[in-house]
Amino acid sequence: MTALETSGVGQGSAVDANASAAGPRPVTPVTNHKRRDNIRKWGEITLFVGPALVLFLTFVVYPVISAARYSFYKWNGVSQFSDAEFIGFENYARALFGGTDPDLKQAFTTQYSQPFWEALGHNFAIIGLSMAVQLPLALLIALTLNRKFPGRPSVRVIMFAPYVLSEVIAGVMWLIIFDPNGIATDFMHSIGLNPPAGGWLEDQTWAFWVVFFIITWKYIGLAIILFLAGLSGVPEDLQEAASIDGASWWQVQWRINIPLIGPTIRIWAFLSLIGSIQLFDMVWVLNQGGTTGQYSTIATYMMQIGFFRSDWGYGSAIAVIMFFISFAVAVAYMLVVLRNDNTDRIRKAR
Amino acid sequence: MTNSRRGGAITALFVSTALVLAACSSSDSGTTEEPTTGATNGTASDAPNAEPVTLTWWHNGVAGDAGENALGDYWDKVAADYTAMHPNVTIDISQIQNEDLQKTRIPTALQSGDAPDLFQQWGGGEMAAQAAAGYLMDLTESNADDITRLGGGVAPWQAGDNTYGLPFQFGVEGIWYRKSLFEKAGIIEEPTTMAELNTDVQKLKDAGIVPIAVGAGDKWPAAHWWYNFALRSCSQEALNAGTGSYDFSDPCWIDAGDQLNDFIGTDPFQPQFTSTVAQTGATSSAGLVATGQAAMELMGQWNVFVYEGFTDGSDQAIADLHEDLGWFPMPATSSGAGDPTAALGGGDGFSCYVDAPPECADFLAYIVSDDVQKGFAAAVGGLPVAPAAAEAVTNPVLVELAQVAGNAGYVQLWLDTAFGPNVGGAMNDGIVGMFGGQNSSQDIVDGMTAAAATA
Repeated sequence: MTALETSGVGQGSAVDANASAAGPRPVTPVTNHKRRDNIRKWGEITLFVGPALVLFLTFVVYPVISAARYSFYKWNGVSQFSDAEFIGFENYARALFGGTDPDLKQAFTTQYSQPFWEALGHNFAIIGLSMAVQLPLALLIALTLNRKFPGRPSVRVIMFAPYVLSEVIAGVMWLIIFDPNGIATDFMHSIGLNPPAGGWLEDQTWAFWVVFFIITWKYIGLAIILFLAGLSGVPEDLQEAASIDGASWWQVQWRINIPLIGPTIRIWAFLSLIGSIQLFDMVWVLNQGGTTGQYSTIATYMMQIGFFRSDWGYGSAIAVIMFFISFAVAVAYMLVVLRNDNTDRIRKAR
Repeated sequence: MTNSRRGGAITALFVSTALVLAACSSSDSGTTEEPTTGATNGTASDAPNAEPVTLTWWHNGVAGDAGENALGDYWDKVAADYTAMHPNVTIDISQIQNEDLQKTRIPTALQSGDAPDLFQQWGGGEMAAQAAAGYLMDLTESNADDITRLGGGVAPWQAGDNTYGLPFQFGVEGIWYRKSLFEKAGIIEEPTTMAELNTDVQKLKDAGIVPIAVGAGDKWPAAHWWYNFALRSCSQEALNAGTGSYDFSDPCWIDAGDQLNDFIGTDPFQPQFTSTVAQTGATSSAGLVATGQAAMELMGQWNVFVYEGFTDGSDQAIADLHEDLGWFPMPATSSGAGDPTAALGGGDGFSCYVDAPPECADFLAYIVSDDVQKGFAAAVGGLPVAPAAAEAVTNPVLVELAQVAGNAGYVQLWLDTAFGPNVGGAMNDGIVGMFGGQNSSQDIVDGMTAAAATA
């Protein structure tokens, strides 16, 4: 998301720069005006960008650099940082493969490296499942809601409602539903089945799937709304022409609508990808990733170890790893998948 | 140029400090007004022309769901009484929720170098780390009389030979139970051994009653079962080797896990216990006991107040609850090197920040004085530390609990507090993994050893 915004801003300013360079003003050789314009330009830039830049540097760039610095130290967050011991890449090694100390490798692998990879695995499983489950489901609902029928606005609102709810409120609501004595358990009993033995949100097999169900419920509204917005931009005459030529409803969707909202789908996939890597709040509210990390994500794992166990150096290393994964995935996706969309847009702009 | 800039900075600092002080002293809640008249008891700082001093105080007495705040109100009164006696002192109080206070606010404030003068302190490994970092005022000499008067209860607030905090409340844990449910299952006497407890668990199950509630979803309530088995398995030397130098080589630590595993195997807990939290809502472990859905729960002395929170709040309902609520210490195991009379416990205290004015130590001495401790027991219903205040405890269960603590061979601080957040957190995670069927006894000890290697 950030990368996307940044690139958007970059393109915008590049276009502006070209426009002013190619504009008619330089033809008039009035140096005084030019200087005044220059001062005004910089004044405006400072006025409009300055406060945001200060905030960005203070609350984004500085903490990122600090985290990177902490990640090279053994630091418990209580003692003075100046007393912390510099241990190089040891925190990274502990997370990735159990560290470099042969005496501790076995213990660190089981206690730190395995939970780290499990958490990361959950993130990537959610990415895969989002594409495999949420995408077709959202597309199907969007295509259905794109047809005119009585009560369509209400259905659209209902579909979008979970996305608008705060994560914490939605999480607490599902906690109550999946409580050991909650309505989900009662429902299972009423149809003669048993709920998962360890509890809906704790069972070693089921917890992850229950959480994925909740995530899908929560975030599918965004996909539907995006796809509907994309579909509203598809020219109706194309669909009418296809219908006149004898294309069925399915053929119209498959051959016209879906290909034409391709860029929207790819943007949603990008947002979903980044969101899945950074997934935290909902999982945290649902008992912090599970008592044994059944549905931990890289962000909840970082919070558990870094913050609650006061292992700040290690937690910072996890944060930096997460930053690089998000960054690499975002850049790769932009270069490989979104490149055509961006090139198209630039070509159209010209 | 440099001078004028520095002068400007000093002026700015002065102005902002004045503003902050003005803001603090004018706030309505929690600030005690300086009285115009006040008794003085003759110490240097009490002279009418003594330098004005402002003490900032952070504690965890926050209002409950119904808006009641017995502890917070009592601390306001204590501060008002103290400032009446010491007119030069103003006390600026912040009431902060316990977990926010312990996990976020205090560590951040200490790091920033702008910590409150007096703040909540839970003792143990966390306090030792704060002391080692040089954040805490050494009270060993300034409060020597108080340390002697309070006795052994101060131990968790000591590191090495020095005292860095003083407790105002301390209690041991045991098993709370509903007498009516025991009666229904035909249990006549409180169990004193694990064998008897196992028999009673079976009787309760036969009567269709959930024997024991545990809030394993919150991790620590489940972990306390393991702590108690460790207390019975390990000698005091082995426990001290663990808390002192993270040495878990004694086989008693594995034995604790084996005993817990056997106990979990008897299926004594409510269904889906790893999805149950400890205190929030009627389906929490405390809620299950308070509403008569489960017979027993292993918990500290505070749980009587948690149970009260599930009644309608009327005097009659609370009296009925007290009537039906029993308590017995953790039963003895059949083997183990631990002292069978030893108990697990913990409490709350306060520490002074290293740069706090000397009045901080004086005010802390006032907080733990016999009279204030008696008032604490009477007004809040808590368990005071000062021996002279014991008579002010009226709740019969708390009286029994205080007796058990008094007769204990020794009282071991909660193991997670004693080990500090890193090793303590790894221990709790390992134990709840055993409740979830994932970890062996060895895995728990391995987790603690690995965490110790990172500390």
